[in-house]
Amino acid sequence: MNMEQKNVNRRSFIKKMAAAAAMTAAAAMFPGIIFASEQEENIPIGGSLDWKKGPCRFCGVGCGILVGVENGKAVAVKGDPNSAVNKGLLCVKGYHQAICIQSKDRLTHALVKKNGNYVKTPIDEALDIVAKKMKETIEKHGKDSVAMYTSGQSTIPEGYVASKLMKGAIGTNNLDCNARLCMASAVTGFLTSFGADEPMGCYEDIDYADYFITWGNNMAEMHPVLFSRMLEQKNNRGAKIIDFATRTTRSSMASDKSILFEPQTDLAVANAICYEIINNGWVNKLFIEKHCNFSKGKTNIGYGLEDKFNFKDEPQKIDFEAFKEFLRDYTPEKVSKYSKVSVKDIKYLAAIYGNPNKKVVSYWCMGMNQHTRGTWINNLVYNIHLLTGKISQPGNGPFSLTGQPSACGTAREVGTFTHKLPHGVVMNEDDRKLAAKIWKVPYENISAKPTYHTTEMFRAVDRGDIKFIWTQVTNPLVSLPKTSRYRPAMEKDSCFVVVSDVFPTPTTDVADVILPACWHIEKGGLFGNSERRTQHWDKMVEGPGDSMPDAWMTIEVARRMGYGKLFPYSKENHVDEIYNEYRQFHEGAKHGMAPLEVLKKESGVMWPYVKGKSTQWRFNAKYDPACDNGEDFHFYGKPDGKAVIWERPYEPAAESPDQEYPFWLNTGRVIEHWHTGSMTRRIPVLHKAMPHSYVELHPEDADKYGIVNGQKVRVTSRRGSCTLPASINERGLPTRGQVFVPFFDENMLINDVTLDAFCPISKEPDYKKCAVKIERV
Amino acid sequence: MNIIYFCYNINIKTMPIKSFILHFEEGKKEILLNELYKLENCEVIPAENHDVVVLVTDTDSEELDNILYNQLLEIKGLKHMSLVSGFDAK
Repeated sequence: MNMEQKNVNRRSFIKKMAAAAAMTAAAAMFPGIIFASEQEENIPIGGSLDWKKGPCRFCGVGCGILVGVENGKAVAVKGDPNSAVNKGLLCVKGYHQAICIQSKDRLTHALVKKNGNYVKTPIDEALDIVAKKMKETIEKHGKDSVAMYTSGQSTIPEGYVASKLMKGAIGTNNLDCNARLCMASAVTGFLTSFGADEPMGCYEDIDYADYFITWGNNMAEMHPVLFSRMLEQKNNRGAKIIDFATRTTRSSMASDKSILFEPQTDLAVANAICYEIINNGWVNKLFIEKHCNFSKGKTNIGYGLEDKFNFKDEPQKIDFEAFKEFLRDYTPEKVSKYSKVSVKDIKYLAAIYGNPNKKVVSYWCMGMNQHTRGTWINNLVYNIHLLTGKISQPGNGPFSLTGQPSACGTAREVGTFTHKLPHGVVMNEDDRKLAAKIWKVPYENISAKPTYHTTEMFRAVDRGDIKFIWTQVTNPLVSLPKTSRYRPAMEKDSCFVVVSDVFPTPTTDVADVILPACWHIEKGGLFGNSERRTQHWDKMVEGPGDSMPDAWMTIEVARRMGYGKLFPYSKENHVDEIYNEYRQFHEGAKHGMAPLEVLKKESGVMWPYVKGKSTQWRFNAKYDPACDNGEDFHFYGKPDGKAVIWERPYEPAAESPDQEYPFWLNTGRVIEHWHTGSMTRRIPVLHKAMPHSYVELHPEDADKYGIVNGQKVRVTSRRGSCTLPASINERGLPTRGQVFVPFFDENMLINDVTLDAFCPISKEPDYKKCAVKIERV
Repeated sequence: MNIIYFCYNINIKTMPIKSFILHFEEGKKEILLNELYKLENCEVIPAENHDVVVLVTDTDSEELDNILYNQLLEIKGLKHMSLVSGFDAK
């Protein structure tokens, strides 16, 4: 190639980069935007592409993708038009996802730390070391000295074999996952209100709702394809989007109305909405008489800031009159004073929910779940829908969205939490007996006592109680709250750390053994998305070097530890074999899972899958075959078939701004990056579009401190500090007295600053509220 | 017409290759596209489902860059122009 040709090629490449940067920015502004030429350019002309179906690797929406494979390489990705989720649309992360696997720093071989240096080691030898170390630790310190920490991005088979190894074979409940950090409050909310986890509705609600009310949920960036479907309904038939949040975002800008509230006061506003519904006679009396009970629980329940914090709620039944009396403290006038939401806006929200002729869907995700009263605020939004009977019908319902692709399918359904089993909980004798039967282990093997939830697990590492930990498909040293404590904890010699990952991360940096994992399309698997949709995919391309599916690593270690008989799966078909075994846990009309042959054919199928059909709206006898009480609705998760309306008060945050630390710190995500950025920061287009984190300030706060756009600002809490460039009036706009920082950037670790307070019921940390000060650097 | 800058950390004047997001007034998509296609040194990428166009400009000198910029400003129906990126091709 001569110099002139080289220059032309370089110029052409740069122009493509420039176009891609603009398309990425446009995707952030207009979720679901399609540039047909962008997709077509990636497809080789005249190539013989083999298009393989699967789910997207990133968020909990669960978009269907088609991956174009040629000569063993993934060369194109497009939205699956057969997927009911995204109908062919994809967001900017979705389009570019497969690029990350070509990253030059892929982990392709096992690395074992010897004399302070990582030594490239054959994978079999590394797995020998892991199994030997795990076994020795159990022999020396007991079974509760070892732990596994997995992920809402683990596939269903990966979560299943981790649970079987820890709970069935070893006999410890030291298994938890990063889904604890994003949707545990949704789980406890569902269980306390309905006795059954996961949303009753589905994404098709979008096609019927008159109003979408988003509670602290920036869907334009976090669930862009769903938001795009909502915008379509807004444009085509006048559906309205109301954004109720603590910060102005792209979602606020695209909504019909943005209502801002003071952090933590969503609890009070939700109660005020209930007050208004009752006060104006908008209660669906027949519905609550037939289908609801009223309860209250403990108050002043703490924040979990101390090690070994323990809490158990004590529900007491109350009646409608007592609930009504409780709400007298939550008149719009009283709540307006501290929520900073006007009386008019509270009444406006209540009138939407209270209008019997309008269908309303409420959406939320981390804003409500990452909350020291996360379970309560979930209960309160359910209260609103139950009082008005707007639930379990097309276009009417509360809908908790998940952040990860299989937070539902793996973490919640397989049950990779300390208290969970694939069916039910470890505390329940029948559930333990069922697990023992299917796993073919002695019933006594399965401990009835939950051990460590995520925060407490890493506290136990710090205390030296956990002496071996194996993390899979997650990057806790970027994603945990208060990493300023947990990074030094993981560096201690008292704990042997094994990390399975696709790329190097700050968590692999502290590992004693690093195991190279296959990425998504380099292995087969199943995910379960936010709307109870199970999605199967086959392996599409080979992983590099010694990389191995996480499920197979667990199986190999289990065999080396002497549990071979419990893990009789074949390397080629282990995904199918594990799924068929797992499916036995959910037999029946309430949670039946689709057979593999159906999942292989369809672009996702919803459970309960009964007589060849997905159930779209649970608890509604018209749609749900599990309803058998002879009524129109049946909340069969509860023994008496009735949902619970909870009396839950407003209580302040664990830490609020004061004279020394005068700002709220709120953390979150951006459209370009997936969680801790370990994948998306290796996709050049996305990295260039959002190369580093930043701190958003209100312009008046910036003026007061003499801070201009791009200037370095130090954000400091009582835990630690982080320095970032200022962002004023750009992507988002916090209210005065609040700063916002995205957490994707491992070079600007905002979780060194956050607080590890959590909801005492769900044990989910609150990443949205702590007190900080800011300084111009 | 408003100009919005996404990339504020670069000296955009020295960059011969730039990309923009163009927003135009309702119902003016076809007219605007026709005008854009007439311009030299431009690549036009319209969105399929939004009234938005990505424009990539590639000029050899600051003078040509200014001429092109002024031509863009004269296009009727163009509401916003957001500068997203600038690249030095040398």
